[in-house]
Order: sequence, then structure tokens, then C-alpha cells
Amino acid sequence: MRRLITFLKEYRNNTPGLIGLGILVFFALLAIFAPLVAPYDPHEMYKPLEHPNSAHLLGTNDIGQDILSELIYGSRVSLFIAFFVSLVSGLIGTALGLLSGYFERVGFFIMRIVDAFLAIPRLPLIIVIAAFIRPSIWNLIFIFVLFGWPFTARIIRSEVLSLRNRPYVDAARMLGAGDFYILWRHILPNVVPLIIVQLIMEARHVILAESGLSFLGLGDPTAKSWGMILHYAFVYPTIFISDLWKWWMLPAGLCITFTILSLTFIGYALEELVNPRLRGITRI
Amino acid sequence: MTLLEITSLRTWFPTREGIVKAVNTVDLEIEDKEKLGLIGETGSGKSILGMSIIRLFHPSAKINIEGKIVYKGKDLLRLNKEEMRGIRGKEIAMILQNPATSLNPVLKVGDQIAEAIQLHQGLAKRAASEKAVEMLEAVKIPAPDKMANKYPHEFSGGMKERAMIAMALACDPSLIIADEPTKGLDVTIKMQVVKLLREVTKQRSMLFITHDLGVAAEVCDNIAVMYAGELVEYAKTEDIFKNPLHPYTQGFLNSLPERGLKPIRGMSPSLINLPDGCRFHPRCDYATGICKTRHPEMAEIGNGHFVRCLLYDRS
Repeated sequence: MRRLITFLKEYRNNTPGLIGLGILVFFALLAIFAPLVAPYDPHEMYKPLEHPNSAHLLGTNDIGQDILSELIYGSRVSLFIAFFVSLVSGLIGTALGLLSGYFERVGFFIMRIVDAFLAIPRLPLIIVIAAFIRPSIWNLIFIFVLFGWPFTARIIRSEVLSLRNRPYVDAARMLGAGDFYILWRHILPNVVPLIIVQLIMEARHVILAESGLSFLGLGDPTAKSWGMILHYAFVYPTIFISDLWKWWMLPAGLCITFTILSLTFIGYALEELVNPRLRGITRI
Repeated sequence: MTLLEITSLRTWFPTREGIVKAVNTVDLEIEDKEKLGLIGETGSGKSILGMSIIRLFHPSAKINIEGKIVYKGKDLLRLNKEEMRGIRGKEIAMILQNPATSLNPVLKVGDQIAEAIQLHQGLAKRAASEKAVEMLEAVKIPAPDKMANKYPHEFSGGMKERAMIAMALACDPSLIIADEPTKGLDVTIKMQVVKLLREVTKQRSMLFITHDLGVAAEVCDNIAVMYAGELVEYAKTEDIFKNPLHPYTQGFLNSLPERGLKPIRGMSPSLINLPDGCRFHPRCDYATGICKTRHPEMAEIGNGHFVRCLLYDRS
């Protein structure tokens, strides 16, 4: 508990970290209270292609859906995918990373699998797979988890490799502690900060990847994610000839940018707190 | 009564450079309530000998241990992993080197001591925590109930050492292996820790591993001198100090500040390429031709004084 408080106190001194957290909380609140905040149901159709006016603050799209409401509901889909994926892949990655760092033989096999995953460029393969399986939110989540865990596993493993040789691990073993007990009680608490940073970085990656896939038309066509909004706007024929892009494309792009920016800031701030060597270095 | 009997123990590590022969055919006995000192230079294999007794090596480390380590009638080297865990901490506990790093920085000191109690005695968490406070009190940590809730970095060096001792004592083991418990402590605190160790081991046996002869003299009944992985001399503590027989022991004593600070020439040999004949001959002032080829055996010179040196060989 005391550690948590000092941690929060130190975090408060990190301006980018605070800005990032602020933006993230804003989007998270939007996502949670979407039905209350959004002026319309995003699937409801009104007059198409309206310019921004007092009834539709960001106008309507080609089939007459309120763009502002779409954006607000979009934060739900985008954030849900991001956090669900980072949580699940983080969990799998942590478990396998712990095991492979501690038990050499198991580690050897897990790491060869990880090598295989890491050798393949992630995004192009995700695009290829997404093109073959039926696009839906759960399929996207599956693909992202499948390609997300190896990174976490590799990073956790390298930390465990050094932690397992610490004298306090010997001390625990000297007292008669078993391997899994040592992993759970002595090694896991020491990698928690690393896991948190990894979760944030994974969430950032997933938001970008989901937007990218949706933009390419490989996302769930029925889901209202920011990437899907961009996709439908982009395929509309006269999007760049007229002023439409200003309220149809730009806001969605900004939402994605700001979310990623906020996660990046938080990630850097946490990394700085976790790794004292980075303290005092100004990062952009 | 003999508590621990080690017979021709050998601990070798195969490495890329060759086999590290850290412990070579060591025979040693520890009686009930005996305090045995194991002294030697850095790299003489004394810590490895201590660790071999409770097999405290990483599970994936490649190690060859041969011989017999009989503890209360059971050969520890025949026990499987589970049975060994039952011995560690409960029957034989070790006070590790470097208390500063032997405590987990993210766990409270009290919880780390309670851990041992929970592992062996199946006490509930609260009872174990209370016992942990008692242990801290037993090693004379002021305000033990408060200190139990602190993290290792809030402890001073001497207090960490005491906490390590409390951890080792938590399950009331019969044998304590203390691996250089006074290393890195300043003189006043060192003597306090020594006094404490003497006090808490009154009813137990202890294998006291150190290169600090002064401390060994304070604590031990008998002393075994180790050189290059084997024992070279074994005697009562006072005999070792008054009448050291082995040239190495004599050199070791003469290198003490109060006896003139004369170093032994040369370096202790690499445990991979041990010298032929007597392991000490390249550094020995009394070495003769035969020392280069003949490896001396441990022989009793009288009254429980054993030495491994051809100078005393009567055959």
C-alpha cells in the first residue's frame, strides 16, 4: 500500500504521464457512459450527408447516421478490444514468460515458438489472416492475442532469468519453498511493474492495428469502431473533393491519435518510474 | 551423538572450460550441539560444501554430487526433491551470505520470516506473523512488531543480518549452516552478531563458514581448514591457534594483522586445474620433491588433530 502511494506521488510529477492519463480517462468515460452522452443511436438513420448543424454537431454520414454518436460509441469498441486483448495476451505472456524463465527446458521450447512468432512480421500476417477468416470483433481479438503474447513472454522471461538467480530466491529455497511457490511469491511481484508497462504498450499497438485493419476493410463491418468510420468515409467517392472529410474523417483520426498519444505518454511515464535509469531523461 | 556425517563428498561442476572440482573427497562430522568452523580462502570451496549439504543449487544447474551426507541416519543425497524440501529450513537452515540481497525487496521482512513458518508448520497466516515477530524479538531487533511491517531497505546492514538469522531460526532447525554471516559488517556490529549467533545456537549444531579467524575462534569448538576443495587440517579451536601444523594453516594465521600481516605467496589454484601431488606445494615454503608427486592423506597426529601434509608422514 505504501509503495502504491509513493508510486502515485511520483507519477504526479510526470507531466506527460498526467496528460496521457487525463485523455485516457476522458475516452474511457465516454465509452462507459456512451448511451448517456451520445445524442443519437449511432445506427439510427437521418438525412444523409448533412453538414454540421445544431441538431447534428458533426453532421451525418452517407447513410444518415449521426457522426458524433458514432464516434462516442466507437470509443467503446476500440477501447474494449484494446484492453481485452492486452489483458488476455498479457496474462498468457506473463504465465509463459514466468515458466520459461524459471524452468530451462520448458523455456527452450516456449522460446522457439516465440521466435517463430517474432520472426514473422506481425501486421502483414494479421492482415492476411483477417482477410481469410470472417471479420468479427471476436475474431480480431483472437488474432491480436495470438500475435500479442510472444512479446510479453519474451520480455518477462528475460527479467525472470535474472531474478531467479537473486540471493533471496536461494533464501526461499533454503527455507524449503517449492518452485511454484517461489515463482508466485518471490518472482511475480518483482515483474509486476514490467507487466503493467507491457499491458499499456500492447493496448496501444492493438488500437493502431484494429484501426488499420478496419480502415482496410478487414474489420467487423457491423461494429462501430473508429477504424470502421474512417473506412466508410474513405470509400465514399467524393470525400476529398468536398468538405466532408473535415467532420467525417478528421475527428475519427484525431480520436485514434489522441488515444495512442495518451497510452504512449502513460507508458513512458510508467517506464521511467519502473526503470530509474531513465529518470531525468527528457523524452518526447 | 553424531548429527551429520559427511563421507567422501565430492561436488563437481562441469563447465565449458573444464570440470570445476569445488569439493574433493571431504570427510566431516558434526556432533550434536557442536559448532564446527570451516575456514579457508575465497574460492576454496567452503561455501559450495555448505550448499551441497542441503543441495541449494538452481534446479537447472549441472552439478555432480557424490558421496554420503548422513543426517540423523538419513542419507540426504538419496532424498528426492520433495523430501529435501522437508529438510530445508526445518531440519537444516542456512544463513546466506549478503543479507542485503538475500531479502526480497518487495516483501515485508515479517512476511518473509513468516513464510518459513507457513511452509513447514502449516500455521495460519496470522499465527505465522505473530511467530515472525517473536523471532525478530529473539534476534534482538528493537520494536519487532513495527519492524516486521517494514521492507528490507528500511533495515540497516546489521539488522538485515539479524533478520536473516531470524529467518533461519524460524522453524527451529537442529543444524544451522552459517555462510560468512559477518561478511561486510563493521567491527562493533560484527561482535554483536557473533554474540547473538552464539546465543541462539546454544541448543543446536552449527557449521560456521568463514575466512575470519577471529570470529571463528569466538564461536567454534572445532575448526576444519579447507584448501583447494579439500580439508587440510582439523583440530580443536585452541589447537589450531596454538599449534597449527599444516603450512597453509600457519600461513593463514601469519597473515592475520595481529601476527604480522604476512601474506602467503602465490595464488590459490584454479579449481579446474588442480596441482598434482599436494595441492599446496606450489606455495609451500617446506615443499620437497615428493610433495610434487605424492598426494598426502589426512592423518591423525594425536588427540583429534588431523593434518594432510607429508611433513608429518611417518611412513
